Amino acid sequence: MNLVQQLSQYILSGLSTGAIYALIGVGFAIIHNATGIINFAQGEFVMLGGMLTFFFFSALKVPLLLAVALATGVSTMAGVVFERLAIRPLKNATPINLVIITIGGSILIRGIAMLLLGKDTHSLPTFSGDEPIMLGGATVLPQHLWIFAVTLVVIVCSKLFFSHTISGKAMRACSYNRRAAGLVGIDVRRMVLFSFTISAAMGSMAGIIIAPLTMTSYDVGVMLGLKGFCAAIIGGMSSGLGTVFGGLILGVLEALGAGLFSSGYKDAIAFIILLLILFIRPQGLFRRGESERV
Amino acid sequence: MLRKISFVVVSVLSMLVVAVCAFAAPPIKIGGLFAVTGPASFLGEPERNTAQMVVNEINAAGGIKGRRFELVAYDTQGDATKAVQAANRLIKEDRVVAIIGPSTTGDTMAVIPIAERAHIPLVSCAAGSKITAPVKRWVFKTAQNDALAVARIYEHLAGKKLTRVAILTVSDGFGSSGREQLKANAARYGIRIVSDDTYGPKDTDMTAQLTKIRGSQAQAIICWGTNPGPAVIARNARQIGLKIPLFMSHGVSSKKFIELAGDAAEGIILPSGRVIVADLLPNSDRQKKSLLAFVKDYQRHYRAEGDHFGGHAWDAVMLLKTAVERGGDNPAAIRDQLEKIRNFAGIGGVFSYSPADHAGLNKDAFVLVEVRNRDWALVK
Repeated sequence: MNLVQQLSQYILSGLSTGAIYALIGVGFAIIHNATGIINFAQGEFVMLGGMLTFFFFSALKVPLLLAVALATGVSTMAGVVFERLAIRPLKNATPINLVIITIGGSILIRGIAMLLLGKDTHSLPTFSGDEPIMLGGATVLPQHLWIFAVTLVVIVCSKLFFSHTISGKAMRACSYNRRAAGLVGIDVRRMVLFSFTISAAMGSMAGIIIAPLTMTSYDVGVMLGLKGFCAAIIGGMSSGLGTVFGGLILGVLEALGAGLFSSGYKDAIAFIILLLILFIRPQGLFRRGESERV
Repeated sequence: MLRKISFVVVSVLSMLVVAVCAFAAPPIKIGGLFAVTGPASFLGEPERNTAQMVVNEINAAGGIKGRRFELVAYDTQGDATKAVQAANRLIKEDRVVAIIGPSTTGDTMAVIPIAERAHIPLVSCAAGSKITAPVKRWVFKTAQNDALAVARIYEHLAGKKLTRVAILTVSDGFGSSGREQLKANAARYGIRIVSDDTYGPKDTDMTAQLTKIRGSQAQAIICWGTNPGPAVIARNARQIGLKIPLFMSHGVSSKKFIELAGDAAEGIILPSGRVIVADLLPNSDRQKKSLLAFVKDYQRHYRAEGDHFGGHAWDAVMLLKTAVERGGDNPAAIRDQLEKIRNFAGIGGVFSYSPADHAGLNKDAFVLVEVRNRDWALVK
C-alpha cells in the first residue's frame, strides 16, 4: 500500500462526501439568495428525504423508485408548508428573527419525525449493487457514482433555470434588490415560496441518495446541514459552481485531515475553515469583493 | 335528614376502613431512573419497559411475602441535572427503599453522591467501570464492564497469534472508555496497538481512517462504537477491500447492526451478552433459564426483541427482589443482602457481589459471537 494509492483513496472519498455537502449547500444558497435568510431547517429536508423513502419502502412496501418519488414529493410539500406557516406570516421580520424561526422549525420537524417515524437508524438498499469499483488504486461504490451524477444534474439544471427562465431570472432579481424587483412587477413572495420548494426538493434528493451509504435516522439533519452550510459559506452563497467547489474542498480536506493527521480533528477542520472564511473572505473563496448580496 | 347524615357517616367510615386495609400492607416502593427519551433512549426505553414488566409479574405472582412491589420511574432524558432532580424526588417525596438506574454512566456518577448521602441502595444499569471502582458502600451495577469485553477479544486474538491491532473508536463516552480499556489491557495479552484512530458519532464516511489502517502493519481491527457508526465502518471496510479481520464491541450486539451493515457484517466477531444467542446456548448454561424467560416475556409484552439493556433492568429488579425477600424492606438491610448475593444467574451474567466487588461479574459474562448468514453464531 503506497502513499499514492492512499492519497487517491483519500481524495476520492473526500470528493464523494464533498458532493453531498455541495448538494445540501446549494439548497442553503438558493433560499439565501431569494430571501436573505439562512434556512437552518435545510438539514431536516435531507433527513426527511431519507427517512420518508425508508418509510414508504419498508413500511408501505412500495417499489424503491416510487418510494423515492413519494418521499421527494412529501418533503417538498413540507418545505412549502414550512414557508407558508412559519416564514410568510411574519411581516417586516428582520433576517435574524427569520433565522431563529428556521432553527425552531428544524427542531419541530425533527421532533415530529422522531415521533412518527421512530428513533431507530435505518438503511436503504443501494440503487445499483454493492460491488466496489476500482479507480486507480482507490475504490468507490456504485452509489457514489449516483451521488456524483445527481449532484451534476442538479447543478446543471439550476444553472439553466437561473440564467434562462423567467422565474429563475425573477428569483435572481429578488436576490439583488427585493424592493426593486417588486416594483418591476415580480411577485417577491411567490419567489420566496418557490425558493423553499426548490431547496426542499434538493435537500430531500440529497438525503435519499446518501441514505444507502450513510444510513438515516431522525437526527442526521443537524450535522449534514451544518456541513452543507460550511460548503455554501466557502462558495460565497452562490447557487452554482462556487458552492459545489466549496463542498468538494471541504470533503477532501476532511478526508485528508482524517487520514494524514488525526481523525479526531475531522469535524474541527470543517469549522475552522468556516471561521477562517468568515473572518478573512466573507464573500467566499471564489468571488471578488462585491459582497452586496444582502 | 338523618338518613342523609348517616349515609355520609357510613360512607366516610367505609372509606377509612378501605384505606386502613390498604395501609396494612403498603407496597414496597422502588425508584427507577431511566433515560427514556433523548440520545440515550435506546438504553432507557427497554430498561423502563423491562423493569415495569418484571414488577408487574412479581405482583401477579403474589408480590414479595404478600406485599406488592411498586415502581416509581422518572425519565432522566440522559441529562445529569435531571437525573439528580429525579433522584432527590424519589428519595424525599416518593420515599423509595432502593433505586434502579440511571441508564448512562454520566447520569449515574451524578446520582451516586445523593444515594450515598441518603443511604439508599442504587443499582445502576450503566456500564462505566468507575461506577463501582472504587467500591462505594451503597452503589451496585448490573451492566458488564467494558474491560471484560476487551479481555474477551484480546484473549481470542492472542489465541490466533494476531498481535498487531488497529483500534478505531467513536469519540463519545462509550468509545473513549473502550479506547482507554483497549490501551490499558493490550500489554497483558502481548498485543501492540499500531494504529489508534477515532471517528465522530455522526460521521457518514470512515474510508479515510480505514485507508490509513490498511497502510499500517495491523493484523486486525477493533472498532468500538454504537450504531450506526460501526455499520458504516463495516461497509467502508468491504468497499476498500480490507482483508484483515474486523472486531466490534458489545455496543452493536443487536440484530439492528446486521440489518444496517447487510452483507458487510458477515464474518465480523464481537463480544456479547448471552441474550441474543439465548436459544443457541447449551442446556448446561446456568443463565439459559433466565434468558429464555426474559426473551419470551419481552416479546409477549412489547412485540420486540428483548435486548441487553432491558436485561440490565431485569437483573436489577430481580436482585432487589432477592435482597428484599432475604432481609426485609429497609434500605440498609437491602444493601447488606445485595452484597451477600452469590451465583445469581441473571441476564447479564452470573452475579456474585462481595464487599470488595459491587460489579459482580467476570469475563464469562461475555461470549464471542460471529455474524454468519445474517444471524449470530457462537464462536467456540
